[in-house]
Amino acid sequence: MKALSASATAAEIVFDRATKRYPGRPQPAVTELSLTIPAGEICVLVGPSGGGKTTAMKMVNRLISITDGDITIDGTSVRSLDLTELRRGIGYVIQQVGLFPHLSVGDNIGTVPRLLGWPKKRIRERAAELLELVGLEADDAKRYPGQLSGGQRQRVGLARALAANPPLMLMDEPFGAIDPITRERLQDEFLRLHNELRKTVIFVTHDIDEAIKMGDRIAILHQGGVLAQYATPDELLANPANEFVERFVGADRGLKRLSLRRVGEVELEPAVESDAPRCTPATTLRDALSLMLTEGAHEVAVVTDDGESLGSLSLQRVSDLLREQVTA
Amino acid sequence: MHIVAGGPVIPNYGKATGCIANNDAFFCTPWIRQHWSDTLQPALVQHIWLTGIAVGIGFAVAFVCALLAHRFNWLAPPISAFSAFLYTVPSIALFQLLVPVTGITVTTIEIGLVGYTLLILFGNTLAGLRGVPPDVIEAARGMGLTRLQVLRRVELPLALPAIAAGIRIAVVTTISLATVAAYITPYGLGKPIFDGLQINYHTEYVISGVLAIALALVADGVLVLVQRALTPWRRAAA
Repeated sequence: MKALSASATAAEIVFDRATKRYPGRPQPAVTELSLTIPAGEICVLVGPSGGGKTTAMKMVNRLISITDGDITIDGTSVRSLDLTELRRGIGYVIQQVGLFPHLSVGDNIGTVPRLLGWPKKRIRERAAELLELVGLEADDAKRYPGQLSGGQRQRVGLARALAANPPLMLMDEPFGAIDPITRERLQDEFLRLHNELRKTVIFVTHDIDEAIKMGDRIAILHQGGVLAQYATPDELLANPANEFVERFVGADRGLKRLSLRRVGEVELEPAVESDAPRCTPATTLRDALSLMLTEGAHEVAVVTDDGESLGSLSLQRVSDLLREQVTA
Repeated sequence: MHIVAGGPVIPNYGKATGCIANNDAFFCTPWIRQHWSDTLQPALVQHIWLTGIAVGIGFAVAFVCALLAHRFNWLAPPISAFSAFLYTVPSIALFQLLVPVTGITVTTIEIGLVGYTLLILFGNTLAGLRGVPPDVIEAARGMGLTRLQVLRRVELPLALPAIAAGIRIAVVTTISLATVAAYITPYGLGKPIFDGLQINYHTEYVISGVLAIALALVADGVLVLVQRALTPWRRAAA
């Protein structure tokens, strides 16, 4: 019986013609899904309901069994691993969070470490460390899930999934049940966290905007779990593989693509108009464009927070950038 | 038909005061004082044993049945139907039906009492297990808890309030029902009640009935406290 290596910070995941068929149903739920997720990247599975994205994700930790094909984690087939060992080595976050209401926050976070037989002191320290990492207080360890807000619960869910430092995280619409403002904050914090931890993440959502924001790569699945396209967000928006993808990403895909890049990342022109509206290098191209349109200007002046002028960005330049080939 | 004739006849001895001799009060305190240690206290202790054993065995049986029904869904309807059937049999008839098998013994009473606890204990335990939110179970499975660990660490603790509620009802109804059992054999608080009724001595059956009620209230209160101590998260999540 093999176990996932605990030392690896991230694992490469390969779906190899992974298929899920349910008896008595003519169409498979997932059809010969093949894709490779490089170690340390966030892969978003997105698509309409019935697209098999959750099914595909649950085949990784075998909450749903694989009918045909295989999924490997760092080259090891999930089918060859002991079920409990496999799952203890994978962080699992779901939309309803599924915290244990009868256990304190600290004990919730310590679930997998306890199963793995860590000493109590180490579990307590780990819980405190993780609470801080997800933006809660170490003191919150003593509280019960019933005393937390929805956003706080999802933070605890995230901390619990990270507890044993798994090389892979599965996240099933983790921010789906949270109000838009908290949701955006959690998304931003998760991206910051991921930058730090660099774990491989499989992230399921039905929201294309969330997919574009969160994903290093996006797999769009349609009915029957058929892979429509697997690409970086930029490529997906620039070159949708077919009509289904084009419809799914939306008619505003050009604007969405602009939101992927920041003003500071593109080559600027020297400033000309002195009364042009101002933006910072951190502004997205989309927001810069919006600024020009609302102000009736043909360019924006790019100025750092300290007031230093970096140059300007014109309407024409934004339009040219959109016609450029994919950058990634 | 077996009728128990026993217990002290009207206690017409010692420092007899008016109410003992005249039987003109429902609550003749001197009589209660005189007969606390020879009649009331032993009956109360017997009653506690009757109830404790009945609910204990009943819970053990119901718990195993509920676990099986939770694991194998098809088992739930037949077990439910059987325990409901037992519950509907009139108590004196059931006790009487058991006499040819187990005789005029405490065992007969216990079998009957256990039978009456099953419906509520089985039902509540199963409802508690089935009431655990599915997302909590899914998270537990996803984290690599085995089926047994999910049961022991997640399902049972979360089913505890429902199980405790079932035990409370079972205890209170058993305390009440056990008084009827003295019809079969003189045991528990039913004995002084039947004795008092037979000789029409008011204080004896009234105080025995009051003791049965008090026992039920105290037992219920104790169980509430135990339940609270075992489920600290329910108070915290105000």
